[in-house]
Amino acid sequence: MAENGNGSVKEGFEMPEIKYTKLFINGEFVDAASGKEFETRDPRTGDVIANIAEADKVDVDLAVKAAREAFDHGPWPRMSGYERGRILHKYADLIEQHIEELAALDGIDAGKLFAFGKAVDIPGAIRMLRYYASAADKIHGETLKLNGAYQGYTLKEPIGVVGVIIPWNFPSMMFFLKVSPALAAGCTVVVKPAEQTPLSALFYAKLAKEAGIPDGALNVVNGFGPTAGAALTSHMDVDNISFTGSPEIGSVIMQSAATSNLKTVSLELGGKSPMIIFDDANLDMAVGLASAAVFFNKGEICVAGSRVYVQEGIYDEFVKKVIEVAKGWVVGDPFDPKVNMGPQVDKVQYERVLKYIEYGKRDGATLLTGGKPCGEKGYYIEPTIFADVKEDMKIAQDEIFGPVMSLIKFKTIEEAIERANCTKYGLAAGILTNDINIANRVSRSVRAGTVWINCYFVFDADAPFGGFKMSGFGRDQGMNAIEKYLQVKSVITPIYNSPWL
Amino acid sequence: MMGQRLVSSLLSRCLYASHRILNPLTRQERKLGLARRISQRFSTLTAIEDPVTPPVEVKYTKLLINGQFVDAASGKTFPTLDPRTGEVIAHVAEGDSVDIDCAVKVARKAFDEGPWPKMTAYERSRILFKFADLIDEHNDELAALESWDNGKPFEQSAKEEVPLLSRTIRYYAGWADKIHGLIVPGDGAHHVQVLREPIGVAGQIIPWNFPLVMFAWKVGPALACGNTVVLKPAEQTPLTALYAAALLHEAGLPDGVLNVVSGFGPTAGSALAGHMEVDKIAFTGSTGAGKIIQELAAKSNLKSVTLELGGKSPFIVMDDANVDQAVELAHSALFHNQGQCCCAGSRTFVHERVYDEFVEKAKARALKRVVGDPFKQGVEQGPQIDEEQFSKILEYITSGIDSGATLVAGGGRAGNKGFYIQPTVFSDVKDEMTIAQEEIFGPVQTILKFKNLNEVIQRANASPYGLAAGVFTNNLNNANTLMRALRVGTVWINCYNLLDAAIPFGGYKMSGIGREKGMDSLNSYLQVKAVITPLENHAWL
Repeated sequence: MAENGNGSVKEGFEMPEIKYTKLFINGEFVDAASGKEFETRDPRTGDVIANIAEADKVDVDLAVKAAREAFDHGPWPRMSGYERGRILHKYADLIEQHIEELAALDGIDAGKLFAFGKAVDIPGAIRMLRYYASAADKIHGETLKLNGAYQGYTLKEPIGVVGVIIPWNFPSMMFFLKVSPALAAGCTVVVKPAEQTPLSALFYAKLAKEAGIPDGALNVVNGFGPTAGAALTSHMDVDNISFTGSPEIGSVIMQSAATSNLKTVSLELGGKSPMIIFDDANLDMAVGLASAAVFFNKGEICVAGSRVYVQEGIYDEFVKKVIEVAKGWVVGDPFDPKVNMGPQVDKVQYERVLKYIEYGKRDGATLLTGGKPCGEKGYYIEPTIFADVKEDMKIAQDEIFGPVMSLIKFKTIEEAIERANCTKYGLAAGILTNDINIANRVSRSVRAGTVWINCYFVFDADAPFGGFKMSGFGRDQGMNAIEKYLQVKSVITPIYNSPWL
Repeated sequence: MMGQRLVSSLLSRCLYASHRILNPLTRQERKLGLARRISQRFSTLTAIEDPVTPPVEVKYTKLLINGQFVDAASGKTFPTLDPRTGEVIAHVAEGDSVDIDCAVKVARKAFDEGPWPKMTAYERSRILFKFADLIDEHNDELAALESWDNGKPFEQSAKEEVPLLSRTIRYYAGWADKIHGLIVPGDGAHHVQVLREPIGVAGQIIPWNFPLVMFAWKVGPALACGNTVVLKPAEQTPLTALYAAALLHEAGLPDGVLNVVSGFGPTAGSALAGHMEVDKIAFTGSTGAGKIIQELAAKSNLKSVTLELGGKSPFIVMDDANVDQAVELAHSALFHNQGQCCCAGSRTFVHERVYDEFVEKAKARALKRVVGDPFKQGVEQGPQIDEEQFSKILEYITSGIDSGATLVAGGGRAGNKGFYIQPTVFSDVKDEMTIAQEEIFGPVQTILKFKNLNEVIQRANASPYGLAAGVFTNNLNNANTLMRALRVGTVWINCYNLLDAAIPFGGYKMSGIGREKGMDSLNSYLQVKAVITPLENHAWL
């Protein structure tokens, strides 16, 4: 626990000026058609940071119209991949010039660690953008081997207008996870950021214009899911929807796509990812990774390693050490560089996490450490560890999205695999072992989209990311992500007198 | 001894594919006489005036080894000449086998100990992107230096080639973090990974016709993959490679990763190609020299070899073509860069139905071509690279006349100093004539007549070369048939000389081995390693 006042603003730090609060449509900042606004709050204090223009269906229609026009008649898909890439690189350069300001915006809006934002989040978003900037000229169709005297080939065409709905836990990274490959592919985009974290997306919209992204190619409409979000997902002129968020909303989005124009959908949803620690693992590394896997970003991360399976031979020792580590995590103001963990994003999440802690106690899990709110104001919660957790308990089944670790003891590899897979989710898994056979076996057996062996949270622009089962479908990152934003067209024509077929 | 002389002759001439060894004095005399004779028949297009002073100074003339500009171990230098006048631009340090050894040693160390191959690909890409930005910042200096050393129009250097350099570097910078091996299915319970690793120390020998573009094609993919490089530029054009390499170091390239050793083929070039510590050799130049390079690789350590060699590329004009457009395209396909392109469209096959009209218009276009000081605005054609090439081209023109082809334009020297040649057009050219068979590497267009598709396919393919082809037609079926039937590495349909970074380029037959540019070029600079381990109790196979 941080001694130096949870929730207090650090002296000497200059809060960023809030410059952009309107909707960004067709290259201009505009008020919502209704004139409505909503408040975005600082989770350290619960105070209002700014009033933000609130889009609803009318505004989404305008944004889609602009994106449609930019796609159907505008320069963006008609440029060479190299030209698009040059503009996206310029965009990355501009973001690089504002790293501190952007990290601060995400800090006050989402309660994210400022130092981490500066060092990891924003540079990671830049890296993502650069990756796709230089992928824009590497989208290849193929010539085909047809069963007859035909010349055939595939064209990979941009899919059209892409709707993007992103969550509040990594506002910058999520924005570029979706927007970069879509723009690189030549699509135009309408983004609805989370209503909790509308600020950095508007800044990115402004920088996009400055970099030379044509008007209408990137639009940002802040607002709420049931109004703005629903209008986007059910829109007849949107060709693809890419969503990151909860499975419940993912299901709504998919239905909305189905009942409108059958737009293609990709969903990156929740997780209840297992971290499986075998007897032969390096114990200190295991303790460090397991605690980071669930406490990092206050547990507000879809890939949180929230079920920690520890083999019986090292279980007791592990428990002792992990409690120590959890107690050492400093909770406090995210702008304080000594702090490891800031506040939960808002009151709803804060109360939800505390409710799950109560479920854990009620269902008979043993609370080893934490379990309480901390600080006098704001939404801070102690790093919390439960032991003796069973798969049928609520805390082992549901995504808590908070700093709550569930510890589970296991005996054999078979048992670990079976229990790790005993979830409706399949986003990620961690394996800690030095045994090559265990590592290979478990990697193939765990039904999850990412497996980290002796590491965790190693995200990379080049490593595809997404879920099995109810963690969603489709992949972000890597060259796979670009495929979501491309149509494949086969072109076939007879060929005469070919010397080979 | 004879073998050694041949090595010397071929390597030193790089792109020049000579099949004859002539007495230079005799040749000189014959050429001058011929030039005078022809000049009287066809007037010079533009008076070659006093040369414009190039707006650039020569900063780098030494060898670049381990991040330092150093003299050759022997202390020797050689002059690099201005093709407009034949005068010396600068004296450049002349590397030989001792310097190559030294450069390979540091490249080896930089590869084996790092940091270059041990950095993340993203970090490597950031340095290469920075390099590209520096190239853009120094666009006009690089372009001026290129035109001064090579004789190509400054506008071509400044607006096409230097931008192509930065563009190609950016292309490969972007590949650095996208080099993927496959996970392949085993027949049994095995986990199989394919790693694509940097190959090691790459030796690269580049020609004088596009010094900076060739630099990009070689250095870009080699560095993006994590290799270290020893580069030997052509002795005719050593200046821009040194300048570009200096910028690359300014961008943050670690010492020893790119070493530039200027020098001659028989000494520096063969030391590099035959070096036991060089893992790969990539060469662009003449077919003759390519053979020697491959032989040196074979006799030393079996290093892998990429060769991009000569060509005698057909440009086929079908009878449905818009003749005006075809003439313009065929003209630029051949005359671009003073005809000094390995992929020059040097056999212009024209369908008999449009042949006469084509020849008339091709002649008119050639006569209009503006020849002059490459630093003068509006000039389309500068001097040939050097006296040797100049003389050789005039020889070929004589051979054309002697073999009965009809000289319809040009045919001689332009002006009376430097290495300028009039844009020259021959009609009534027959396949068996020397000018239709050998790579002239000069501004000499040879126009041949054909009757039908099958005939032109057969004749176009009747060449030891297979680098490129142009097809001019709006008929989809003819275009598709030709596209598949031509045994060449590149087919341009209704366009020519499109050399985008992403398009693989290279030759069939004696035009070479391997491909440069595009994804394919990465393969030349990567080793493939298969890693297999058993799976126990696998969940699936």
